[in-house]
Amino acid sequence: MAHEPTPPRGLPRPGVWARGAAGVAVLFLASELLGRAGIVDRSFLPPASSITARALELAGDTEFLFNVRVTLTAWALGLLIACAVAIPLGLLFGSVPAVNTAVRAIVEFLRPIPSVALIPLAALVLGSGLEMEVPLIVYASSWPILFNTVYGLDDVDPTAKETLRSFGFSRFQVLLRVSLPSAAPFIATGVRLAASIALILAVGTEILSGFGDGLGMFIAQAGNVPDGTTDVLAGTVWAGCLGLVIDTVLGRGEDRLFRWHKAQRSGAS
Amino acid sequence: MTAATASAPRARTRGAASRITGGLLHRLLPLVLLVAAWEAATRAADSAFFPPPSQIARRMRELWLSGPADHLYLSSEAGDSIAPSLGRMFLALVLSVVVGVVLGIALGRSQRVLAYLQPLLQFARVIPPPTLVPVFIVLFELGTQMQVASIIFSAIWPILLNTADGARSVDAVQMDTAQVFRLSALDRIRFVIVPSALPKIFAGLRLALSLSLILMVFSELLPGTSDGLGFMLTNAQSQSDLGTLWSVIVLLGILGYLFNSILLVVERRVLARHRGARKANS
Repeated sequence: MAHEPTPPRGLPRPGVWARGAAGVAVLFLASELLGRAGIVDRSFLPPASSITARALELAGDTEFLFNVRVTLTAWALGLLIACAVAIPLGLLFGSVPAVNTAVRAIVEFLRPIPSVALIPLAALVLGSGLEMEVPLIVYASSWPILFNTVYGLDDVDPTAKETLRSFGFSRFQVLLRVSLPSAAPFIATGVRLAASIALILAVGTEILSGFGDGLGMFIAQAGNVPDGTTDVLAGTVWAGCLGLVIDTVLGRGEDRLFRWHKAQRSGAS
Repeated sequence: MTAATASAPRARTRGAASRITGGLLHRLLPLVLLVAAWEAATRAADSAFFPPPSQIARRMRELWLSGPADHLYLSSEAGDSIAPSLGRMFLALVLSVVVGVVLGIALGRSQRVLAYLQPLLQFARVIPPPTLVPVFIVLFELGTQMQVASIIFSAIWPILLNTADGARSVDAVQMDTAQVFRLSALDRIRFVIVPSALPKIFAGLRLALSLSLILMVFSELLPGTSDGLGFMLTNAQSQSDLGTLWSVIVLLGILGYLFNSILLVVERRVLARHRGARKANS
């Protein structure tokens, strides 16, 4: 297989789809067989069909949908506030070098604090529920947006900026007309990264909080019930679907909005 | 930067020294000022929730650095809380790197296998890792096994997918050349594929590092754990011991900063060596 030279996209599209479907089917069958064979206790690893059935059943369950809505509200609110905070800050840091170097040391010490470590503190100070979830999400998801904004501004063509400045445009106008549009794809990538981090935090705080509502709460409570593994896995499937939908929607939106820009997608920190 | 380009060559050594001290001052002064302001604000507010930094620092020394000199001043508490956490994290990270890079190279070099697995991999990647922790609790029971498994499950995807991406995008001419020279499969991996995938692998590693730190803490926060920094956090929370709570948070920040810096140094050295080797080859 390594003898072939590497074409960028070797397989035709239908082939890729068919193989992907086959891979999913094989895993499904394998877990079905494993679940039914009785090698592992069925309460530990229920067959795939019963997980799927339960997941579909949950889609019509009003209480479950309410839980999903609670999680999504926290996610969306946190992400929106993070954008509102991090993009202007990023623009400030990125366009004023003196501020950037001054703030860098502070940021470098704040960023590595793993956001989940703040959950116990936030629980003590802020109580539980949305009031505690949203600030944690904002804290955790601001970093990628902030960094990508600064990084994007760093990448702006200096000639374009100088040209506009020589035409007598003010700093702020140059920022709006050249820097912001040119940094926008990077900012969008940051928002996409932040969206997945926000989901991690939303579900994570719910799992730990012990009471309240939310998808994470549903999964955590199902884990405490003796026969709840099917519920745990069905909830996890839905959490994955949420992640997938969010990732796909944002990814597609990015492609459509910034088709002109060949951003390097992966590896953006 | 502008100073560097403007300075005359003969003034370069002296300029460099003053630039470094100037740069350090410029970078560290705001941090010092922030800590001072934080200290003043917390003292003025006198809130039980926000102890001043000096108090946190004292508590940190008390907790972890009050031991005997022959143990590098580390207290037994440090051995009970920091060591198990870091041990689990490194075990999980090493396993993720080994499995992720090996599988990633295999997948990256085989379009067909990748096509079979792509949907599953993409789905596994988007599941928020904390949701899987309850699943792992059921499968592995509480304890180190479960914690290591949940860290691996979050850290492996960025490494695996990035490695596959890097291995796939190896320059075709280089692969052809390797074939002409009849390099064995192993040599091809060693001299052609790995070097050109390395930047991507490191990018994945950086993501994996911060994710594994998050999951390390998360898996220890759950009821039923008995040691580690996360356990210290929940314990302090239940006793409303805010000094300890803040100390652990600050320590985790320091550790995260340290790991990231180490990774950056390693990355720079490894990549520089490979880049140099490739330049010499061409």
